[in-house]
Amino acid sequence: MSVDAKQAPAEPTPLVRMRGISVEFPGVKALQEVDFRLFPGEVHALMGENGAGKSTLIKALTGVYTPAAGVTTLDGREVSFSGPAEAQAAGISTVYQEVNLCPNLTVAENILLGREPRRFGAVDGRATRARAAELLADMGLHIDPGSVLAEHPIAVQQLVAIARAVAVDAKVLILDEPTSSLDQDEVAELFRIMRHLRDRGVAILFVSHFLEQVYEISDRMTVLRNGRLVGEHRTSELSRLDLVSLMIGRELGALAEVERLAGQAGEEASTVPVLEARGVGRKGSVAPFDLRINRGEVVGLAGLLGSGRTELARLLFGADRPDSGQVTVDGRALHLRGPRAAIAAGIAFCSEDRKGEGVVADLSIRDNLILAMQAANGWARPIPRRVKDQLVEKWIKALDIRPANPDALVGKLSGGNQQKVLLARWLVTEPKLLILDEPTRGIDIGAKTQIQKLVAELAQEGMAVVYISAELEEVVRLSHRVVVMKDRAKVAELDQNATVDDIMRLIAHVDERPEAVAA
Amino acid sequence: MTSTRPLDRFRASGLLWPLVALLVLLAANAVVRPSFLALRIQDGHLYGSLVDILKNGAPTMLIALGMCLVIATRGIDLSVGAVVAISGAVTCSYIAGAGDPTGAGAAFAGMGIALALCAVLGLWNGFLVAVVGIQPIIATLVLMTAGRGIAMLITDGQIITVRNPAYRTVGAGFLLLPVSILIAVAVFALVALVTRRTALGLLIESVGINPEASRLAGLRARTIRWTVYVFAAICAGVAGLMISSNVSAADANNAGLWIEMDAILAVVIGGTSLAGGRYSLTGTMLGALIIQTLTTTVYSMGIAPEITLVFKAVVVIAVCLLQAPKARAVLLRRTRRRHTPPDPDAEAAGRPSTHTPTSAMVEKVAQP
Ligand SMILES: Nc1ncnc2c1ncn2[C@@H]1O[C@H](COP(=O)(O)OP(=O)(O)OP(=O)(O)O)[C@@H](O)[C@H]1O
Ligand SMILES: [Mg+2]
Repeated sequence: MSVDAKQAPAEPTPLVRMRGISVEFPGVKALQEVDFRLFPGEVHALMGENGAGKSTLIKALTGVYTPAAGVTTLDGREVSFSGPAEAQAAGISTVYQEVNLCPNLTVAENILLGREPRRFGAVDGRATRARAAELLADMGLHIDPGSVLAEHPIAVQQLVAIARAVAVDAKVLILDEPTSSLDQDEVAELFRIMRHLRDRGVAILFVSHFLEQVYEISDRMTVLRNGRLVGEHRTSELSRLDLVSLMIGRELGALAEVERLAGQAGEEASTVPVLEARGVGRKGSVAPFDLRINRGEVVGLAGLLGSGRTELARLLFGADRPDSGQVTVDGRALHLRGPRAAIAAGIAFCSEDRKGEGVVADLSIRDNLILAMQAANGWARPIPRRVKDQLVEKWIKALDIRPANPDALVGKLSGGNQQKVLLARWLVTEPKLLILDEPTRGIDIGAKTQIQKLVAELAQEGMAVVYISAELEEVVRLSHRVVVMKDRAKVAELDQNATVDDIMRLIAHVDERPEAVAA
Repeated sequence: MTSTRPLDRFRASGLLWPLVALLVLLAANAVVRPSFLALRIQDGHLYGSLVDILKNGAPTMLIALGMCLVIATRGIDLSVGAVVAISGAVTCSYIAGAGDPTGAGAAFAGMGIALALCAVLGLWNGFLVAVVGIQPIIATLVLMTAGRGIAMLITDGQIITVRNPAYRTVGAGFLLLPVSILIAVAVFALVALVTRRTALGLLIESVGINPEASRLAGLRARTIRWTVYVFAAICAGVAGLMISSNVSAADANNAGLWIEMDAILAVVIGGTSLAGGRYSLTGTMLGALIIQTLTTTVYSMGIAPEITLVFKAVVVIAVCLLQAPKARAVLLRRTRRRHTPPDPDAEAAGRPSTHTPTSAMVEKVAQP
């Protein structure tokens, strides 16, 4: 309860004020006596490492969790919400970190669920779609509002969730890592909307691991570390270096060093191919493409949202079955019937949709880590407990998964730590070719450099890697070669000297169809 | 749960409340009728109300074990009652038509044929669910309705009675304890061993929790789902043998009627969520015992038949509520508010839990 008890005269009254908030889970003190204030007409960034307690603070505010201690006031009145619906009714609109929509409803229904325009008492489907289309267009997203949500990639789903939150007239808008899978353009649109709302007096709480974004949009920030408040600062008065050392709790020197060394593409990769694809494609998904990936090589996949980068990766893994072309692995033809065939050939695929296609939330860290390996072994040959424990201990340490308790359920981990578990599941299998779709999504800067470094090291040891990321800088820095995707086709292949600008020029090349994003 | 106190660990396992419910039911019976707990040995057989409960509950236990694994994969099998009828019908018709209707050979051959047919029926269910992709509740509804018709065809619409000592052993025999309960316990031990000593249990749970993630991790999700339906049908087949053997007759209309509901309830009461994933075989056995004790209680307390089902429903709801952390927290808060200031423990217990059996049931019902 360090924040001044009396109002400083110069400052307006906070709209939201939380004092001495503590949240505990069995064995974990997720928040300890945290103070937090949010003013009207500001964008406030909540900063901290993976597992620092950012999402927990948001959930404590919106009634998902009931704090063990502390007081929350909204507009000066003490509140204690019993759930998100009540918070919503009080004017707090929230987009949680894990997209929380109904996959089998349409985009329009998802956006306006519970507040559909009505005609004669019945839901007016046409008006619903029209209103939804309007809201989406406002965000620069041109998709069919009548399409089913599940058909869209995770980034579009994220935008739909944001559109839903923005659609109501809220006093407080909370966005927990809304940009984790968005491209530059979508981020720009989102920021435009955020600024517009802020100027209308909405208080916005924003979480992101991208420092550039935080510095671009936020007016003030609160930093958490290990569930404790470290400080509240004006963004303009806190340098990036200071922010990072506040977040990780030690001097930045070591980290900067790591960052400099980390994740540079190593020297020339070998020319021994691990995988060769000729004319591989699938109707309605990706046009036939050729691709060759060598031992020890990192091949980056760059492209805009909906350009087919994820789809291409899924074809290589047999997650979707290619309907044309041939794949050879180590010179032998591989019939990609499904993931099992790919895994048996030494291919691993880390999906970008960690909640839907990645982790098994109700299983422990241990079970999640060994799942792929166990599946390859078959049910009758369980991995001995001793081997399991060794592997799990090794990877929890290597990726700094927190909490380091192998029995913790993965669904209860913070987003970034779930991502690490997913990555470890595949590293355990020691694949020849590792396909990573947005592996650093939602991961804090420390862990991000760690993972990039790991990728570079694995490549140096001979593993071939396909690296997909919306962050072009990351792709360029890590890759020996960059494959550029556009409109669901491979359009170019650039060598190590490629720059972000080169890629941008290729993918931003003006398109006849403005609805390139539409599925 | 990091606590190492045995009681806490037990509570975390979810078996506490079903066990409490069972003990309360047994105690209530003992109070009303003190002879309830009495056991005696006669001719090397153990007799008593408790033994009766075990014996009559054996078919439900078996079916619930199969149902438990099906539910763990996010499925459900409504056809087990019909399979019970078919299994009894096939065996009795075969024995009745055999050259020596009293011989052990006829009994074993008949049972073998019946179980093989049940396995085929399970393959059919599994095919519809895992390959064709029909929702389990609809896919198994097909056999649920058609199955009794098939049983009627086999028995020609008659109740077939047989006199075959070997066959009678399965449902009515004793080896100190009733043979049927020995079979149920043996199957329980076998399933527990196979699923927990190998990786099968983990793979089943994984498929139930997140089918797509499991597929991408390289699990044979389809085969696993298929297999559990076959297993459930075989369990139902064995239960059908017990039921028909106990009365030495096959009744296509009434054998195993509504037993699928009892089995599903047993699984849910035992703490396994209808949403799939984590399952408890021990809980399922406890659940089956609770259901059977309840049935016995209703009879022995002389509760009027009209309100029997209502009474059963009330107890089931009570057990499910006790298991739901949310409901328990509300109850606790109520009582504590009256006596003491609110306790943070109760608040903490109010955290939303997505996997309480009851909430999952409600979810299932609410879904189209
Ligand atoms: N329901 C839960 N049960 C148990 N522990 C939990 C639960 N939710 C969160 N935790 C723990 O609380 C801590 C804070 O988690 P939180 O999700 O708030 O982190 P975060 O700051 O949002 O991290 P990230 O950047 O990775 O999203 C973590 O150690 C996490 O494991
Ligand atoms: Mg978070």
